[in-house]
Amino acid sequence: MTAPRSDGAEPEAQQPGSVEREFTVQQRSQWKTIIRRFTHHKPAMISMVVFFLLMVFAFAGPLFWKYKYDQVLKKPLGGNKDWIRPSWEHPFGISKGYDVFAQVMRGTQYSIRIALVVTVVSVSIGVAVGAISGYFRGFTDSVLMRFTDLMLVIPYLAAVAALQRNVKGSTWLWLALFLAMFGWMGIARVIRGEFLSLREKEFVEAARSVGASAPRIIFKHILPNTLGPIIVNATLAVGGAVLAEAALSFLGLGVKPPDTSLGKIIEVGKSKATTYPNEFWWPVLMLCLISLTINFIGDGLRDAFDPKQNRVRA
Amino acid sequence: MISFIIRRVLVSIPLLFLASIVAFILVVNTGDPIEDLRTKPNVPKATIALREHELGLDKPVVERYVSWLGKAVHGDFGKTIKNQPVWAQVRRSLGVTLRLVLFAEIVSVLIGVMIGVVSAVKQYSWFDYGATTGAFLLYSLPVLAVGSFLKFILAIRLNRWIGRGDDPLIKTIGEGTANFCTASKPYNCGFIPSVTDFLSHAFLPMLTLVLITFAGYARFSRAAMLETLNADYVRTARAKGLSERRVIMKHAFRTALMTVATVISLDFGALIGGAILTETIFEWHGMGRVLVESINKIDPNLLLCWFFVTAVAVIAFNLIADIIYAVLDPRIRLD
Amino acid sequence: MTSLDPILKVSNLSVEFPTDDGIVKAVRGVSFEVRPRDVLGIVGESGCGKSVTAMAVMGLLPRTARVTGSIRFRDDELVGLKPKEMRAYRGQKIAMVFQDPMTALNPVYKVGWQLAEAVRAHEDLTRKQARARSIELLHTVGIPQAESRVDSYPHEFSGGMRQRAMIAMAIANNPDVLIADEPTTALDVTVQAQILEMLINLKDHLNAAIILITHDLGVVAGITDRMQVMYAGKVVETGTADDIFYSPRMPYSIGLLGSLPSHAGSQERLKPISGAPPSLINLPAGCPFSPRCPLADDVCESVEPPQVVVSDGHVSACHHVEALNAMADPLKLFEEVAT
Repeated sequence: MTAPRSDGAEPEAQQPGSVEREFTVQQRSQWKTIIRRFTHHKPAMISMVVFFLLMVFAFAGPLFWKYKYDQVLKKPLGGNKDWIRPSWEHPFGISKGYDVFAQVMRGTQYSIRIALVVTVVSVSIGVAVGAISGYFRGFTDSVLMRFTDLMLVIPYLAAVAALQRNVKGSTWLWLALFLAMFGWMGIARVIRGEFLSLREKEFVEAARSVGASAPRIIFKHILPNTLGPIIVNATLAVGGAVLAEAALSFLGLGVKPPDTSLGKIIEVGKSKATTYPNEFWWPVLMLCLISLTINFIGDGLRDAFDPKQNRVRA
Repeated sequence: MISFIIRRVLVSIPLLFLASIVAFILVVNTGDPIEDLRTKPNVPKATIALREHELGLDKPVVERYVSWLGKAVHGDFGKTIKNQPVWAQVRRSLGVTLRLVLFAEIVSVLIGVMIGVVSAVKQYSWFDYGATTGAFLLYSLPVLAVGSFLKFILAIRLNRWIGRGDDPLIKTIGEGTANFCTASKPYNCGFIPSVTDFLSHAFLPMLTLVLITFAGYARFSRAAMLETLNADYVRTARAKGLSERRVIMKHAFRTALMTVATVISLDFGALIGGAILTETIFEWHGMGRVLVESINKIDPNLLLCWFFVTAVAVIAFNLIADIIYAVLDPRIRLD
Repeated sequence: MTSLDPILKVSNLSVEFPTDDGIVKAVRGVSFEVRPRDVLGIVGESGCGKSVTAMAVMGLLPRTARVTGSIRFRDDELVGLKPKEMRAYRGQKIAMVFQDPMTALNPVYKVGWQLAEAVRAHEDLTRKQARARSIELLHTVGIPQAESRVDSYPHEFSGGMRQRAMIAMAIANNPDVLIADEPTTALDVTVQAQILEMLINLKDHLNAAIILITHDLGVVAGITDRMQVMYAGKVVETGTADDIFYSPRMPYSIGLLGSLPSHAGSQERLKPISGAPPSLINLPAGCPFSPRCPLADDVCESVEPPQVVVSDGHVSACHHVEALNAMADPLKLFEEVAT
């Protein structure tokens, strides 16, 4: 009933070349519809703004703030002496001798950096595995899917923690890579499902019948049609990665000094959560904000791409 | 039915075997268990060599794996680096964690499915909006935030408010009172005191896990239920002149359950992650602590046993979900 | 009450759905009536409102739908009934057979269970009695070994057998009106004729009226007494099967006939109607068919045509009935324009 041809533009159907034009018009209006649906999703739009502000805070903030995240303001004296409650000078207080405001900015930045690396790598692995599995089916598929099952049997936080233990020096990039290594299975399954159904569609059959090669069909014909699920899953993966990183660092198994992240700051603040709540709750709040905004954006994108709204991430 | 279960168990064995290889690779790469000893000055080479031999580090990796596996299949998971039997420690922690996880899982599924189904049936009602938004928020919030909030803000204040600040009604630390039932306190050893003590400790962690887990199930059940409510066979059921209640329960809900059963298994891994964090926040001596300690201290046998036991748990859980699904869906042949 | 009194009388039925893009006018002023043993065919392209009409009669439209007009079953008005009151008619007085037997049966219950459920919804029977009745019903619709087939699941049935089971379910309570919504579309051609034949036999057996909804004129040819052609939510032509097939007086009906292979003959090419049906949100002011009609003129584009009586019982909603009357062979209408 939502047929987009209400403007009755069919008289030109005889003109040569009109088929192609109709096709591109259709294409553009499809993207237009998606963008329109997304911009009408209020929580998602508010989240976009909040997330943007968070990014400014995390990436531009440290350039202007008077303290650096690793600037020792008080010598570690032990006990409660290097913890100071918030003031105008230090809005989030001082924890173990460091300015928490500066640390939270830096931590947010690194949490996001880690999450972006995780997303790019894990989505690439997931799409590759899912595409190959779903397109070639048969033996390739069963081998890849058994491997996916295997990876799901190992709790991934534990696996990443075990590998992370041995990392020396700068830890954040390694943590991101490990998280990606053990976090691609969900998207692989989604993309495999998409490929399995799309490869049976007429346009793929048509491409195959004119002798298009497998890579050409995968990249030119099927992959563009899975863009929706990929974008949605990638967005949600960013949120998942932020939380995974925070969880590991909170357990003391994630990033190690000199690197920092929201999880690391929370871990430090946790021991004094009742006496110095600011040093604990501000980074927790930041973490919640990131997770909520990303999930809302993901939700808006899902609604925009899949207005039936019946599909839920499994 | 029995042959179906046996078949699925047999399929799981190679998976478990491969998982043990992955676990071994992970453990080998966790680090050097005697790093401290090596970096310490003035340690005689012979001492290091002896320790290496004790831990089997002088043998090639494959040989170590084979000897570990040979013992593990007989239930011998070796000793920790402190020379304690691994299995005894893991078994104790497993009991603590299982209580928490199983309870949370069952309660979450019940509440989640119930809320999801009601939301779907009353789509676009206030209940639906409230439940959907609430589930979305809880689904998006980090475990550590929910747990910390319940612990530091709600429970501690609540205890103070009801005048039990010193002897809190809702315990925030540990899975049970230390030395609760001893010879000097025989009145604590009855059934009721021990259950009360357990519940007062378990309340917050279970609430935390339930809150973060049920939301996912609620969201999924709602979607599954909306799909079946629009299915042709539900329309057929209505066309028969059945009562709306019967249409929803016997036709829509019954088929939606099949979809829900598939997710329960997928989410079990996430539940373990949530349990590790929850245990850490509430300082329980469960599998979470074993994991953190075995990694921090690089205790190969303990960590291996941890991976092995959790892999068994995940596989067992998938198996249960498979069986539930097979029972629910007549299209799957059981024989 | 004689058997000639209409058993179901629909007058001026309209159905609207509010959507984000505007109000969809799915059905606009549809009227018809059926008597016992009547077979009424409702024909039209997908989206013309024929299924919505059926769902309105069954009271199965979503809650958002706005239904106006009147649907009378014998002396009872069905429009505006509470869902609970409607249940007494559904399945018992008016039953329905759906298009896709693959999805219309619940996959998790045995066929016999689903039949017994239909029986017990309106009759106070024990399980055992209901089961016996289910077997009897499966016999009636021609399923072999009904005694064992009653314990099969739908996925163990072929498409034709599932549709037979669906029909068995629909006739479980001896309904007075049987609505069949594209009952053969999803089936193999060879099975289609069997199913149709069975429906017609059942009609006499049950003394029921059948409303046969289809997009395929070939299906209704020869078995319907009366036909209604629907376009864009409106009935555009009503008449006997002979009226519509041999002297259609509405260009859309002619177009439909031209799209029918058997009618066009083996040597002739099919003559499709160009274009697509209009959106039901922004309907053109005049005749909804005017953008696709070879006879369309200014009047057609601005004034909605009234129902014109062509002959007794033959009614057409066209401004150009006279012109069509004057034509030597109105069936050649689309050809003449094309050349």
